[in-house]
This record gives sequence, C-alpha cells and structure tokens, in this order.
Amino acid sequence: MKASKILAWLAIAIGAIYFFVPLIGTFEFSLRMRRGVYSFDAYQSVFTDDQFRATFGFSMLMALVTIVVGMLLIVPTAYWVRLRLPQMRPVVEFITLLPLVIPAIVIVFGYLRLYNSSSWIPFTGSTQGTNILLTFSYVTLALPYMYRSVDTAMRTIDVRTLTEAAEILGAKWPTIMFRCIFPNVMSGVLSGAFITLAIVMGEFTMAALLNRPAFGPYLQLVGANKAYEPSALAVIAFAITWLSMGLIQLVSRFSKLTPSRP
Amino acid sequence: MTTASTSFVDRRTVIDWLGIVPFMVFALAFLIIPTLYLIVGAFFNPAGEFTFQNIVDLFSPSILGAYWISIRVSVASALGGGLIGFFLAWAVVLGGVPSWIRSSLLTFSGVASNFAGVPLAFAFLATLGRTGLVTVFMRDWFGFNLYSTGFNLLSFFGLTITYMFFQIPLMVLILTPALDGLKKEWREAAEILGASSWQYWRMVVLPILWPSLMGATLLLFANAFGAIATAFALTGASLNIVPILLYAQIRGDVLHNPNLGYALALGMIVITGISNVLYIWLRTRAERWQK
Repeated sequence: MKASKILAWLAIAIGAIYFFVPLIGTFEFSLRMRRGVYSFDAYQSVFTDDQFRATFGFSMLMALVTIVVGMLLIVPTAYWVRLRLPQMRPVVEFITLLPLVIPAIVIVFGYLRLYNSSSWIPFTGSTQGTNILLTFSYVTLALPYMYRSVDTAMRTIDVRTLTEAAEILGAKWPTIMFRCIFPNVMSGVLSGAFITLAIVMGEFTMAALLNRPAFGPYLQLVGANKAYEPSALAVIAFAITWLSMGLIQLVSRFSKLTPSRP
Repeated sequence: MTTASTSFVDRRTVIDWLGIVPFMVFALAFLIIPTLYLIVGAFFNPAGEFTFQNIVDLFSPSILGAYWISIRVSVASALGGGLIGFFLAWAVVLGGVPSWIRSSLLTFSGVASNFAGVPLAFAFLATLGRTGLVTVFMRDWFGFNLYSTGFNLLSFFGLTITYMFFQIPLMVLILTPALDGLKKEWREAAEILGASSWQYWRMVVLPILWPSLMGATLLLFANAFGAIATAFALTGASLNIVPILLYAQIRGDVLHNPNLGYALALGMIVITGISNVLYIWLRTRAERWQK
C-alpha cells in the first residue's frame, strides 16, 4: 500500500511537470521581449496588430455562425431520430463519428476538388462561397462533439411526452422545436457550442487550404516570422481553450442544479 | 378503408424519413461524397482510365518514407502518452491521492486534450527550443547543453514529445472510467484466494482492461496520425510526415500527379479507418465489464 501510494504521487509529479513546464515556459518566454526585464510588450505588440484583430474577429464570427448552423442542423435531427426514426440511430451516430476517422486535411482536399470554381457547385469561386464552405467544414469538424452533447442532453428529457403535450395544446412544429425542445436541451447545446468555439478558434488546416484569413493561419504566420509574439499568442489561445472548457463545466453544473421534470 | 389506412401509413413514413433529409444531405455533400471522390480518384489516372498504378506508386521510397515517419511518430506518441496517461489515471483512481487532484486532473485533461494545433508548437518552442526556458535553465544552472546531445525539437523525437502533451490527457479521459469500473469485490476475492498484488494485476485486471488499453492507444495513434497543424508550425515543411506531404501536394502538386495525391489521402483514410474500427470493436468488448 505504501509503495503504491509513492508510485501514485510519482505519476502525479511526472504529469504535473509535463503539463506545467511548457505552460510556464511559454508564459516566461512571452514576457522576454524587452531585453533584461520582464514586460508585457509582446502582448501589447499582439493586441495592437491589425491582423490579430481582423483574424480573431473573423474566426469568432465563423465560430458563431458554425454554432448556429450546426445546432439548427443537429438538434432537429437528434430529436427526430429519437422520436420517429429510432432504427436510424446507429447510422446517424456512425456518420457523426466519421469526422474523427477521416483526417481534416483529407476532407478539405475533397472539397477543393469537388467544389472548385470549375465544378457545378463552385463554392470556392467567390469569397462569400468560400466562407460558406468554411462554415460547413467547421460544422463537419464539430459534428461529433455537438451531436454527442445534444444527444446526451436529450436522453434526460422525455421527448415523446413533451411533443405530445405540445401537440395537444395546439403547438405547431416550430413552436415545439424552439420553445420546447431547444430550451430543454440548452445545457447540451451550450456545451456543444463552447467546444465548437475552442475548435474553430484554433483550427488551421481548413482555413489555410481554403485561403481564408482565420486565426489559425495567422498564428502560423506569426510563428514563422516573429520571436516573442507566438508565445503571447499561445498563452491567449490556451486561455481561450481554458475559458471554453470552464464554461462547459459551469453549464453542466448548472443543469444538474435544475433537474428536468419528466 | 384498407387503402385509406395504407396511404396514411405511407404518408406518415414519408414524413418520418423527410425529417432527416437535411442531415443526410449535409453529411453526403460535406463529408461522404468529398471523401469518396478522393477514394475513387485514387484508382484512376489523369486520363480517366482505371488503374492500380497510384497505389503501387505509394510504395516509392519518398512516399513510403513519409508514411513510415508518420507511423513512427504516431506509435511513439501513442505508446508514450498511453503509458504516462495510464499511470496518471491509475494514480487518481486507485493510488489513494486526495480527490481534489482527481477532479483537477480531469478538468485539466479536458482542456489540454483540446489544446493542440499551432499554439502547442509555440509552447514547446518556448520551452525546449534553442532559447527555451528548460534549455536555458539547464545550460545556466547545470552547464548542460541540451542541443549538444543531438537533441532537436524539430525532429522525430521533438514532435513525439510535443504530441504527447495532448495524448496524455486524452488517455486519462478515456481510461479513468475504465479504471473506475474495476470492482472492489474482484480485488477482495483475489486476496481471499491468496493472490499477490502482481497476480491480481496480471490475472484479473489486465484481462479486463486490455481492450480499453489497446482501444485507447489505437485512438491516440489515429489522433496523432491525422494531425498536421502542430507539426507544420513546429518544423515547417522540414519533417516529411504524410499530412505535411499531402498539404504540399494540395498546395502545389509536388508529386506531379493529382491522382497520386488522392492515393496519398486514401492511404491516410485506410490507416486511421483501421485503427478506429479496431478501437470501436475493442470498446464494445471493454463495455461488457462496465455494466
């Protein structure tokens, strides 16, 4: 027992070193811009960079659009599959897991061949079209996470009874969808939304190959050209990821406090 | 009466199926058809004739070399991350450490497993790069020059330890529930029957846990195999792993044969596909014991 406890602490120590040293290293490096003293110059340089603001804003907007489009696609589908097509559940679940199997770079390669300017659906022919394609690519990437969080939330409510009750009261389907189902799976929608935010903000491959000015390609560009700014950006990116995950925890704790009434 | 009821059933069935049309159309247009397009394209030459030549060409030394280094990085980071991740999960579930460590580790793992891509490369450059914190610290305090030992962050080894930063937490997240599933009664039963701790682990825990362990390691492997952003930001195009080769191919047809590019993508799908299928199969085996 004694030996195993020492071993356990040893494992924790190794893990802690592995996790914290790179984070401390990054933070320390980001403060080194001014010679001899620690300063926040690198952060100042990042925040005053127009490119930073433009790409950060672009990716934020993309993340929001991705969340809205993704949820409008996934919540009704998950609802419908539970209510009317339970036999299709394995198929839908399998499809939602595919983006974890097929590497992102392969998916975007397919887009570039299928939707280029000389094809019959020339998404990449215009800026607007490329933005739409990028949104759809992000929805695809987020599909496994969004679907799973929504489906988990839907498991805790009785979809059938809710629907029947609403129908008896004379509700039409938009009312059922947006005033019954969505509010009841809000915890799932929100955790799916926050993980999507974290994914989209850091995503590199899709945006780089579709040539859109997103945050990921900007990070790569700064990394190739500057010394201290990349570390400052890594700290900012880590903070975004941390914030997203923290919000997910908060949401799931919140939803436990208000138990759904079956 | 009969006809009316059948047509009613039919109409209802049609509406039922219409409900998942948007999802299916989306999945076909943005996931399945683009992938199939590449898979089919791998079996044709630029003139549009059916051929296996692209698949044969994958076995040329340069492409085979790219696959080989990708597989080595993925295997090494999966095994390394898997091992450390397993010990961490074991420590918080069975090692008797305070429970706040468990919850902090799980929260942190959720964050760190999603902290990949370009920023992760920056973090390791700032830590183990030529002027990184650890490199400078070891040089100034111990007179030890890391880079004189032949260590280079922009290499196979460097990429492996960088990938492990997201591999370890992923392993922790997958294995913690599996270790939670080990029932106390099993250990007690083994002890009553006179088993040593070693025998308990070898004859009870491992046979139950191996599908989870193997499955999780396979998932880690596939996870590393498809990753590109970290490697790209860390090494530029200098480390010739498959995703970077494919990236260069998409950008500028470096292989001078678009269909060979499709075959390259097909090879990636086959490798990640096989490891995921095995993972799912192993997970269903593992779940038998978690009921």
